[in-house]
Amino acid sequence: MNTAPPLIEVRHLKTYFGKPDRPVRAVDGVSFTIQAGETLGLVGESGSGKSTIGRSVLRLVERTAGQVLYRGQDLGALRAEPMRRLRSKLQIIFQDPYASLNPKMRISAVLAEALATHGLATGPGERDTRIAELLELVGLRPEHARRFPHEFSGGQRQRIGIARALAVEPEFIVADEPLSALDVSIQSQVINLLADLRERLGLTLLFISHDLDVVEYLCDRVVVLYLGKVMEVARTDELFEHALHPYTRALLAARPVPDPNVKTRHAALTGDIPSPMDPPSGCVFRTRCPYAIDACAQQVPSLDEVAPGRWLACIRRDAILMKAPA
Amino acid sequence: MPLPRAIRQLMHRRIVLVAAGVLGVIAVLALAAPWVTAFDPHDTAVLQRLKSPTAEHLLGTDELGRDLFSRIVFGARYSLAIAAFTALGAVVCGTALGLAAGFFRRLDAPLMRVVDAMMSLPDILLAIALVAILGPSLANVVLALVLVYTPRVARVVRASTLVLRELLFIEAVRALGVRTSRILWRHILPHLMSPILVQLSFIFAYAILAEAGLSFLGVGVSPDTPTWGTMVAGSQPYAHQAFWVVLFPGLAIIFTALSLQLLGDGVRDLLDPKLKKVG
Amino acid sequence: MSLPRLTVRNLSTSFPTEDGLVRSVADVSFTIAPGKTTALVGESGSGKSVTSLTLMRLLPKTAQAQVSGEAAFVTREGRTVDLLQLHEASMRRLRGNQVSMIFQEPMTSLNPVLTIGEQIAEGVRLHLGLGRAAALAHARRMLDLVEIPAAAQRVHEYPHQLSGGMRQRVMIALAMACEPTLLIADEPTTALDVTIQAQILALMRRLQAETGMSLLFITHNLGVVAHHADDVVVLYAGRVVESAPVRDLFAEPWHPYTQGLLACLPGQARRAGQPKPRRLFAIRGQVSSPLSPPPGCAFEPRCNHAEAACRGAMPALVPAPAPAGNERQARCVRAVAKLQQAALARGVAPRAKPAVWSAKVPR
Repeated sequence: MNTAPPLIEVRHLKTYFGKPDRPVRAVDGVSFTIQAGETLGLVGESGSGKSTIGRSVLRLVERTAGQVLYRGQDLGALRAEPMRRLRSKLQIIFQDPYASLNPKMRISAVLAEALATHGLATGPGERDTRIAELLELVGLRPEHARRFPHEFSGGQRQRIGIARALAVEPEFIVADEPLSALDVSIQSQVINLLADLRERLGLTLLFISHDLDVVEYLCDRVVVLYLGKVMEVARTDELFEHALHPYTRALLAARPVPDPNVKTRHAALTGDIPSPMDPPSGCVFRTRCPYAIDACAQQVPSLDEVAPGRWLACIRRDAILMKAPA
Repeated sequence: MPLPRAIRQLMHRRIVLVAAGVLGVIAVLALAAPWVTAFDPHDTAVLQRLKSPTAEHLLGTDELGRDLFSRIVFGARYSLAIAAFTALGAVVCGTALGLAAGFFRRLDAPLMRVVDAMMSLPDILLAIALVAILGPSLANVVLALVLVYTPRVARVVRASTLVLRELLFIEAVRALGVRTSRILWRHILPHLMSPILVQLSFIFAYAILAEAGLSFLGVGVSPDTPTWGTMVAGSQPYAHQAFWVVLFPGLAIIFTALSLQLLGDGVRDLLDPKLKKVG
Repeated sequence: MSLPRLTVRNLSTSFPTEDGLVRSVADVSFTIAPGKTTALVGESGSGKSVTSLTLMRLLPKTAQAQVSGEAAFVTREGRTVDLLQLHEASMRRLRGNQVSMIFQEPMTSLNPVLTIGEQIAEGVRLHLGLGRAAALAHARRMLDLVEIPAAAQRVHEYPHQLSGGMRQRVMIALAMACEPTLLIADEPTTALDVTIQAQILALMRRLQAETGMSLLFITHNLGVVAHHADDVVVLYAGRVVESAPVRDLFAEPWHPYTQGLLACLPGQARRAGQPKPRRLFAIRGQVSSPLSPPPGCAFEPRCNHAEAACRGAMPALVPAPAPAGNERQARCVRAVAKLQQAALARGVAPRAKPAVWSAKVPR
């Protein structure tokens, strides 16, 4: 068990949007830590708050309550200029490779701006060299620097986005569904790229995704979210082999396995995801949970460490543990 | 859109081409005024007053015997200059206002209230009031018209800025740590060029008409200055005797304003799909 | 064996653009048996969406599409018509009635100013000639059919009041209101959450079983294909590169593109029961621009098994040896030749266990 202080610590984070009397509770009391060098997966469906968490951690969206600590320092307490300078250490890769680049800027300008913002590669000729290095690092060629974003495919634009994030020499990168907009055959290229870069540069990643297969491949630990709250946290292999939370089990069961011979498990979940403006009382998952009882509506289950490194928010854990693993 | 393709597309619409041609001719004439005119626009020759168009006086003479053609060509200088400075001034001020209101949430409401207040009065009335306060002179007319048209530009720029502010690449550069001033200058402003250019051409057209209107009403530039508006105003009592003294300056106003409007239409049609691609 | 519900032969759709003629769909042929599901699998640029829009004759006029080929559809009355040659009026009588389509984005596919009951009733009144009250009652029954709770109230609600999963169910209800014999579903679950996706897929399966309709399922998700398709047609750069019954395709994919697609899934990396591979298999490069296609096989620049012959000419779509009733085709010179030999040697026995193909890991 790693006892070193975590690189990132999120404590009781809440991010609400909209009117104060009936807000959209996008993130509703989420806590987790990320160790240096670790890749933490954040999984959930619509309304889970995973994207908002990523943005809240980087202060791209202001939190409503709670704290985000980077190396023990409260990011929310920083003033504008120190926060701006700290951004070189905390970067993000976006989901939409088409919209995340300014269509009027050449790639060289995009990367040069990133470098100039944090005073990197300022010597004569250093900038162009560094731009060429960054492009090669992500699998593109130096001559691509002269082109505009629309001249590239989705996969290539995502690589450019990664190059931009790496230009400022970050320690920590939030990857907000970086593969969702890409074709399947390109996804595996980008997955390999991320894994390579992570190893070479010693990056810490917060990997946000709804695709459980990718999370299983890339992440060390996983946080399962539903309607702004944490349902379960576990090491990847433990989560996928033996999920404890009913929601996690349902998510795993719902994945279509690309093999016609594997019997599909019965779709256990009925009903729709409730609106984050009107979350159910008590456990937010109880409206769709096959194990729900009256007590589930009374209080929000606490996130408890049921085994070393394994956290679960469910009062029915004994009933679930009795049943065979799904 | 790359420039050669843009020009090619513009050329496809013939009426825009004609409009651009007319404007070109007027601008060239205005610039080369001393060389294309035979007479000094201020020269009076009372014996020659109200003569109909002849070979010598291409467009006839006015009530003081001044050659109408020369006056119109020199008048173009004044009218075009006033309109150009007005358009530029309104665009610069309006863009600054609109950017500030659109990008900074806290400035939006107070700035827009000011804009709303200014737009609540009809253009001409506001212009008249301002010139009355400031006094009739060329500079004051420009200043008054800039104040009249700035809110229009501010609204359009603010609307576009509100859309642009939410785009993903803006969030991306914020995440990089790029300073706000640079974001405004390097990332937002270039995308505002399309609506700004459109506004520029329309305000140019409105300003021609507004200046003519103000001068006609006697609250524009001083009557001595040979703008098209003062020409129509001064010659108006003699219109029933010699219709050309108001017809030709009037036509000059109409053709210039119309051409500018058509050119503005063409520019907007050209640039619109480009804006859609971003937003 | 009964007549296929839909027989598509040599379908081609090209669009004139400023930069040249773009052949979005070239020489595509496939059939769909009554009551069966055929999956059209492909990524960007494969032409799968254009194929469906061409069949439904829904391409915008401004696109000035050039369409050739044949799409023989067997109507309820037993007549065979060519969908591509019908007059627009006749096509309109079929659309929504015997051939229906559901789209990927339920948000934009529903009219925001009409209640969902009105939208469903519209089609029913048009095609089945029902009166207003009867049509609304039918709409309510359809909402029940697609498992929307409290259908009686929902019938008067507007699209924006429903969630994404609900809206997709409404789309299905709309499409099925007149009991079509062919349903074209263009990525119907791609925009939905995975738990909702599972529900919608189960629903579609049940409806198909109940009504016996044929389903053309367009997707890029091989997991969905594995469990919801009977036959698979794989498209690449506008052409069919492989077609086979679903079990055969997954057990033994022939075309290198199909092999690559299956091999590069992260889920695949786990299944072998071995430790996680350091690198995923990845198909190198990307699809060529339709304006500058490679001289020979469209996949050749990305293929790990390419030979000189592959650059020479576009390979033909060749039927390959398989037991009767399990027709397979592949557009690959090398694969088919090799497997033809192997099959001859074996006596053409179908494989049951998944084969382990050697996946060369690229750079």
